[in-house]
Amino acid sequence: MSIYYIDAIRLALEEALDKDPSVFLYGQDIGRFGGAFKATQGLKEKFPDRVVDAPISEDAIAGLAIGAAIEGMRPVIEMQFADFSSIAFNQIVNNAATHYFRTGVPVPLVMRLPSGGTPGSGPFHSQNLEAIYGHYPGLKVVAPAFVSDAYSLMLEAIACDDPVIFCEHKFLYRWLSTERFRPLDLPIGKGRIIRAGKHATVATYSAMVHEALKAADELAKDGWQIEIVDLRTIKPLDTDTVLASVARTGRLLAVSEDFPFGSVASEVVAKVASSGFDLLDAPPMQHNSKDTPIPYHPNLWSAHRPTAESIKIALLELLNF
Amino acid sequence: MINTQDSYLDVYRSMLFARRLEERIASLYRAGKIVGGVYLGRGQEAVSASLGYALKRSLGDVFAPLIRDQAGRVAFGEDPLDFARTYLGSVKGPMRGRDGNIHRGRPSEGMPAMISHLGASVSVINGMLFAKRLRGDSGFVGGATSGEGATSTGAFHEGLNQAAVENLPLVVVVTDNQFAYSTPNARQFACDSLVDRAEGYGVAGHTCVGNDLKECVDTICEAVDNARRGQGPQLVVAQSLRLCGHGEHDDAFYVPDEIRETELGQDCIDTGRDFLISRSLATAEELDAMDEELRSRVREVMATAQRDPQPDPFRDDWRTFSQL
Repeated sequence: MSIYYIDAIRLALEEALDKDPSVFLYGQDIGRFGGAFKATQGLKEKFPDRVVDAPISEDAIAGLAIGAAIEGMRPVIEMQFADFSSIAFNQIVNNAATHYFRTGVPVPLVMRLPSGGTPGSGPFHSQNLEAIYGHYPGLKVVAPAFVSDAYSLMLEAIACDDPVIFCEHKFLYRWLSTERFRPLDLPIGKGRIIRAGKHATVATYSAMVHEALKAADELAKDGWQIEIVDLRTIKPLDTDTVLASVARTGRLLAVSEDFPFGSVASEVVAKVASSGFDLLDAPPMQHNSKDTPIPYHPNLWSAHRPTAESIKIALLELLNF
Repeated sequence: MINTQDSYLDVYRSMLFARRLEERIASLYRAGKIVGGVYLGRGQEAVSASLGYALKRSLGDVFAPLIRDQAGRVAFGEDPLDFARTYLGSVKGPMRGRDGNIHRGRPSEGMPAMISHLGASVSVINGMLFAKRLRGDSGFVGGATSGEGATSTGAFHEGLNQAAVENLPLVVVVTDNQFAYSTPNARQFACDSLVDRAEGYGVAGHTCVGNDLKECVDTICEAVDNARRGQGPQLVVAQSLRLCGHGEHDDAFYVPDEIRETELGQDCIDTGRDFLISRSLATAEELDAMDEELRSRVREVMATAQRDPQPDPFRDDWRTFSQL
């Protein structure tokens, strides 16, 4: 039986609810309806008191989670779309993120962000906010690319005493599945080399891992061996694994689906340039979506964000430097 | 029922203690001994202390004070050393020098630490109440305070609406002190009275005169009792006037003299004293003795805090929890 990315998230939520009575879910339409993407389907029936529909109030959803976490619970909140979390921004970055530093009391909450683009979603249902949240001290930000990672990182995020921003990719929800589902023993903060190579390193995460894999397959036909690092976690960022890879390949392309200014890719490039300049045989490159709001029409959308084709072109430029 | 004759005297004591504590801090500020700002609750002590008094830590109550709630903090049982140490940046204070002045709290002891973003504490208190209910506790109430300015924020609206939807035992006390920093009510809201909003949220609304000790105690205790008895969120709007600037850096030139000469401009410490004496709840001599005792405690608290060590940047742990 195939287990999809979204199934892994639901299974992890179910397991956490089952094992720990302090876990509860709170968000819009997550109850009997099962969530806008059905990530919580069936959980209300099994845990009626701990799977709770919220009014359309992102700020108050996050605030309630902070209060409950202070009281010793482990809330998992769903922002229906990552984009909508901008309304909860204050509570997350000013209240949750600073709380431990100010008071010595941790805030163990998880904010689930259905992130990234799908065709036809447009400017308000497609954004990647990993870099925005990664900017703030006190938050952990994870962005799984694989079914098993989604499961393991979700369980770890819920058990974590910090506020964790959990970026789930909507495109992967029902596109990515596995027959061999096995929990990973790789913690938050650790990246993973998912394809070995010697000519260039691609550092990326979430849906872009799969685009990069396709690009690497294409380039392999011409004899190029591309190494791919799945960052898995945006904050803390596993630059050690990236630097070790660049030490082997001498070239870096950082890819993230977010906008180019101050993106996760920018951060990776900056870290490698400042800590591993002597490892580089070519200028480190970054590849992002275009610096315009995310377009609606699929023709525009598919050219707006990085794809296997655009990653391949960027890699060829890097390889031929 | 917690509203006994003794309550007025207890609340007054908290009001007076807060006033004396704040006077001392304001004096230290003028002497250049305090970094950042100093924000006083002058004129709002009766409202604040009434809420702090009505909430009982022993019953599991939680309290989210705001900028002008020193009196409520005292009444709720905050150690006055927390006040002095936070303003002075002592490492022995609850914020260890990492946050200052009025932002302090002891979240694990029922008093969350505020952030400067107004309205944010309403939903945080909701979360604390929600967690207690999920755990199976009962009989607790959460109090959150607000100025009239914060009622214009989305966070305030979302928080109150959320509490109503969840039927949480929340009491929100809005102290309408006529000016949000310098912005007068006419530029803040366009309804006749903020208490009318209670109906819009589907919660009970109450009003009181903010410098009338008896009205504040009676009204706020009733609201807290209602919430404790399962009647859902309560909104209290208290008419008041800030008898100082927004902070001690602000001379409040924008507050017209005429408003100070109205009944709103009367100091609740003075009217409270008159009330206690007129009702024979205390004599002038007893209240003078109380004042002297509190002044003496303030001197002790300040002296202790001023002897505390300051943070050492070379020894401080700069990590947040996620970096441990």
